[in-house]
Amino acid sequence: MTKIGSSSTPPASAVIADEHDGAPDHLDALESESITIIRETAGAFERPALLFSGGKDSAVLLHLSRKAFYPGPVPFPLLHVDTGHNFGETLAFRDQAARVSGAKLIVRSVEDAIRRGIASEDPGPMPSRNRAQSPTLLDAIAELGLDALIGGARRDEEKARAKERVFSVRDEFGQWDPRNQRPELWRTFNTSLRRGGHMRVFPLSDWTELDVWRYIQREHVELPSLYFAHEREVVERQGRLTPISPFTPLAAGERAQTLTVRFRTVGDLTCTAAIESRATTLEQIIAELEASTTSERGSRLDDRTSEAAMEDRKKEGYF
Amino acid sequence: MPSGESSTVSRGGSPISVPTGDHDDLAQREPPSGSVALRPPLRVTTCGAVDDGKSTLIGRLLFDTRSVPRDQLEAIERASRARGQSEPDLSLLTDGLRAEREQGITIDVAYRYFGTPRRRFIVADAPGHAQYTRNMATAASVADLAILLVDARNGITHQTRRHALIATLMRVPSVVLAVNKLDAIEDPQAVFERVCSAFAELMPADVRAIAPPDIRARFKTIPISALRGDNVVRRSGATGDGPAPRGSTLGWYTGPTLLELLENAEPRAARAMPLRLQVTAVIRPGDGAIAGTGVQARAYGVFILEGRVSVGQEVVILPSGRRSRVASLGLYERSLTYADAPRAVTLTLEHEIDVARGDFIADADRPPEASSSIEADVVWFDRNPLVSGARLIVKQGARSVRAIVERVAHRHDPNQGAVRLESDAASELAENDVGRVWLKTSAPLVFDVYERSRAMGSFILIDRTSTDTVGGGMILQGGVA
Repeated sequence: MTKIGSSSTPPASAVIADEHDGAPDHLDALESESITIIRETAGAFERPALLFSGGKDSAVLLHLSRKAFYPGPVPFPLLHVDTGHNFGETLAFRDQAARVSGAKLIVRSVEDAIRRGIASEDPGPMPSRNRAQSPTLLDAIAELGLDALIGGARRDEEKARAKERVFSVRDEFGQWDPRNQRPELWRTFNTSLRRGGHMRVFPLSDWTELDVWRYIQREHVELPSLYFAHEREVVERQGRLTPISPFTPLAAGERAQTLTVRFRTVGDLTCTAAIESRATTLEQIIAELEASTTSERGSRLDDRTSEAAMEDRKKEGYF
Repeated sequence: MPSGESSTVSRGGSPISVPTGDHDDLAQREPPSGSVALRPPLRVTTCGAVDDGKSTLIGRLLFDTRSVPRDQLEAIERASRARGQSEPDLSLLTDGLRAEREQGITIDVAYRYFGTPRRRFIVADAPGHAQYTRNMATAASVADLAILLVDARNGITHQTRRHALIATLMRVPSVVLAVNKLDAIEDPQAVFERVCSAFAELMPADVRAIAPPDIRARFKTIPISALRGDNVVRRSGATGDGPAPRGSTLGWYTGPTLLELLENAEPRAARAMPLRLQVTAVIRPGDGAIAGTGVQARAYGVFILEGRVSVGQEVVILPSGRRSRVASLGLYERSLTYADAPRAVTLTLEHEIDVARGDFIADADRPPEASSSIEADVVWFDRNPLVSGARLIVKQGARSVRAIVERVAHRHDPNQGAVRLESDAASELAENDVGRVWLKTSAPLVFDVYERSRAMGSFILIDRTSTDTVGGGMILQGGVA
């Protein structure tokens, strides 16, 4: 189910001085900052975890975590909040990537949380489980006693995220208070917590979408096949190509099409739209993005509900 | 590394020569075609009073460099039309929080990312309100360049002086005074010249005193109109890259555009520093031996703050003062013979000595200072004032020590210059004040003075009860412990 990026040669474990010797370039600088943030999190907190969705950003985070602690093991577990609406490819990739990394994978399910009454399903057809993710996550944090969650959010994704700190404090209700954030000076991070609170840590804060793809290419990071062009049955809804699945069935009067598509961002089946693309290699994806005039989250239906959709969800504890 | 020395980087194709150290000549050269920008991005911050047009300026930079995705542009066009504006309001690109859009002001630092074929930029939009000075300090602490925005109609204000003071104290390598809204006034050239000389004159005595000549020389001035885009990316009145037509508002200005100033800025003073690195993780390999090195026991995840680390190098561990040599160096499955700041790597030492997370490792011949008594300039953020006798946590990277404020020596006043305070128990720093203090610490601080190294000379102050970050400090000197 999974696919390796176009160039599948593993990095040479040469003992001679290699191409990365010398002055750090753009990707080296980003990588070094992220690795330092991940090491700081592992060192400063009792029970950190890495939020692992199986998407490209969390795949990069896992890769950075392996590099940060090599030759030792990744010293924290991976946590996935499974909405039950995931792509099968994402889940298969999640399990395989966790196995390869040697890190422990913990899965907590939104369906379970709904059954237990701590989360509720949005009403209406094609319900999104976006909001139901937050109580499920907060419940998992309490259950597992987690004090820091490493996430793959980037500031270039969305306007509310552009204001996020690298180490971002959450109170015991999981709330983000954008008007009262800690100043972050130089590269020294305040990792202190008040009782009951926890930290959200964003090592990829300063990466752009293109940085992520160029890094995936340079480091041969594996990804789910969804990101590469493939044939898929989709239906056009409000100008967007929605994949047809048990959670997003064809409605009366709609016409399914089989198109060559890929996903630029991968969330739930209910909120992720495909884009028409023939990009089957990392080189082609990067070229496509360089020429693109729309933003990454332009194909995410969950951000389009209102101008402040992301800000409101973040205040409730969303990632 | 000596200025101008080059190292060769291979990216699959032909080798590309990358000068390290002094970047002056690089800025004049075109990058190799089709290559990813090789240099780390330039960090830029914008500062100025509220309504000086900071968000509009950043929006203009993004818009005119074609960095705004179509869907985001459509969103702000919709929002602008809904408010009855005929032109898209570019400030909406950065004002991301609901309260900001409602009040039409910027509350929190917003980060934007854009690039040109010559360089990549990370722009921090720092708010202008006095109560948000801490956010300006946050952005300035890591900035390579600060754009100090002035509304031509108001001239130099109290906020301009405060921001100039913070930018100077924090040693932002380049500062650009951008006189904005010149499209809205009569005789813009005379006004621009008046503002520039007022800035030079009225720069607080304090700033002039503390700014060494090389920093003052880096203040550059430029007339702009963010609203119309004059001299931001395009020359005033120009439709393409050609010269401005006669009669345009700012056509008399013949210097570089703001974008050209950004593209040519030096990220920091080219100065070879001796090795400084900090241990950020102690790594215990699962199987006991580190592959390929024969070294047992422990490896250290480190961040190189200054200089270069090489295999075989003689180093000193601080604060313990013990010596060893670098046995191996690498990252993941790659071995390295040397690595340069700023970079995260993993290393092992020849001797099995006690090294903890937060320890510093340095050039054994040119070590940093260590002292339990420190004089520092402090930017204070907390609502409760900083007073003598206060107990705080000092954090430098991965190392925390306890500290007591021994004395608040004086406060820097942006209007009047240094105001000496009586060194008694009543002396204090209020919220957003910048002042000079003496701290006594529970263990020696390892440092180089801030003027020499932002990385080795800075710390944050944490309140032990609230856990908030209440201040930022820049070390001036160590005292007798």
